Amino acid sequence: MSTLDDKAEETVGQVETTKSPEKDQKKKDQKNGSWGIILIFFVIGLVGSLAVGWWIFPKLLYSQKKQPIDFNHVIHVEAVEEGCESCHFFREDGSFSGVPKLAQCVDCHEEVMGEDPEEFKFVEEYVAKGNEVPWLVYSRQPDCVFFSHVAHVKMGKVDCITCHGHIGESTHSRVYEENRLTGYSRDIWGKNIAGLKKDTWDRMKMDDCAECHAELKAKGKIVQALPWPINWMPRPYEKPASSQVRVHIKKDACFVCHK
Amino acid sequence: MKEQHKHTKAKKYGMVIDLDKCTGCGACMAACMAENNVSFKKDESDKLLSITWMRVYKLTNGKKFPEADICYLPRPCMHCEGDHGHAPCVSVCPATATDYSHETGIVSQIYTRCFGCRYCMAACPYHARYFNWWDPVWPDGMEKYLSPNVSPRMRGVVEKCSFCFHRYQLAMDKAYIEGRRELEEDEYQTSCTQACPADAIIFGDLNNPGHAVTQIAKPDHKHGGRPMNPNAFRLLERLGTNPKVYYLSSRRWVRRAGDNYIKDERG
Repeated sequence: MSTLDDKAEETVGQVETTKSPEKDQKKKDQKNGSWGIILIFFVIGLVGSLAVGWWIFPKLLYSQKKQPIDFNHVIHVEAVEEGCESCHFFREDGSFSGVPKLAQCVDCHEEVMGEDPEEFKFVEEYVAKGNEVPWLVYSRQPDCVFFSHVAHVKMGKVDCITCHGHIGESTHSRVYEENRLTGYSRDIWGKNIAGLKKDTWDRMKMDDCAECHAELKAKGKIVQALPWPINWMPRPYEKPASSQVRVHIKKDACFVCHK
Repeated sequence: MKEQHKHTKAKKYGMVIDLDKCTGCGACMAACMAENNVSFKKDESDKLLSITWMRVYKLTNGKKFPEADICYLPRPCMHCEGDHGHAPCVSVCPATATDYSHETGIVSQIYTRCFGCRYCMAACPYHARYFNWWDPVWPDGMEKYLSPNVSPRMRGVVEKCSFCFHRYQLAMDKAYIEGRRELEEDEYQTSCTQACPADAIIFGDLNNPGHAVTQIAKPDHKHGGRPMNPNAFRLLERLGTNPKVYYLSSRRWVRRAGDNYIKDERG
């Protein structure tokens, strides 16, 4: 409140006397004082908005959801023979099974096998009643994305870890974070709010696909690649600067990866 | 080593529609809508507002009873190649939402990239493009019948026939798991082709001399794909859009209906 009063006084002073040298001096002092206040408010505002933008908003943006069953990958990987492909396999028509259906789990879990309360819950609630487990899929891409697992895994010889990380070494299901605005998993955008990434599996955005594809294309591998960085809008009448060109290829339609 | 780096041969998927066989039943339209998650309006009779990727037109020769004749003409997207991929719609799109694939010869439409200016609709001479004036709505429970391989379109974007491109993707997936990079003719067929009870529509690779489309239409690739079969024609051939949909008819008036002619012009 004091600042408001000060300001009022200041304006009154301005109107009343501008000629008196004493009052001029006083006004200068007041001006210096108000600069300090402005600076304090500026710093508070800056810190506040940074905190909102970098800490509070990301917290609010993502809802935290728990998986219906706390799944232990380590135990399962030890028990099966073919690694990831034992449960996440390709069908005969080349489609990828993704998250296993109940039918595959039942092969082993018709009865409770161990002493884990989570397994007990699983058998009780899902196997016995024949309900599918509503797993939350961390790596679910938006509807407009077409991704072919077989093209990457069988033809490209990419291992699971490159995109999915060391999920096989997890003993608990981590929290699933869902973007409240888009409904997408946080794994797509990445955990790092600054958009920094250390490993290939940190993010699954279009940029991340394009990065790897451009790299392989430069090495002469048979891959689809974006002819431009995605933030550069191709127009027929202008040519990209050499710094903008990632790979020199004939441009191809976007629906190789979009549907 | 060199062989390994070589890309697979470019395809040019196209269609031949035999208008003498077409009975105008509309099975292709229904199959297309079901396959591609096209929603429908309460009043589908209003053809200015309905979305029909595949649409059957009725042609008449305009003559009186003894000579009166009609013909039904199914019209998908023509997937024009134009001059080296400069299809009319592709060259005008300011968002690069529609693009010509040199690998398959299919004109793509990326709905998430389209912002709905409708320039492509103005450019398309075949009225093959449709604008979503509303968000798609399906009756309760019918969402469960939607194909997961085709993303539904939102309000404010343009859509059109994709030659069932998702079927190409699925067919390629199957080829990959079997260690192949090439498709057989019957592995990739559009929904309308398979739905046609009269077998009036055939589909295949126009670059492959073994495929039926090539054998029937006999496209002359040196001259913009012009058909060398005297009974084959393309719509608005003289615009130079180089479409990949060929029509067959033994009737001269039908072939002439495919383009604009001066009154006394021979052709």
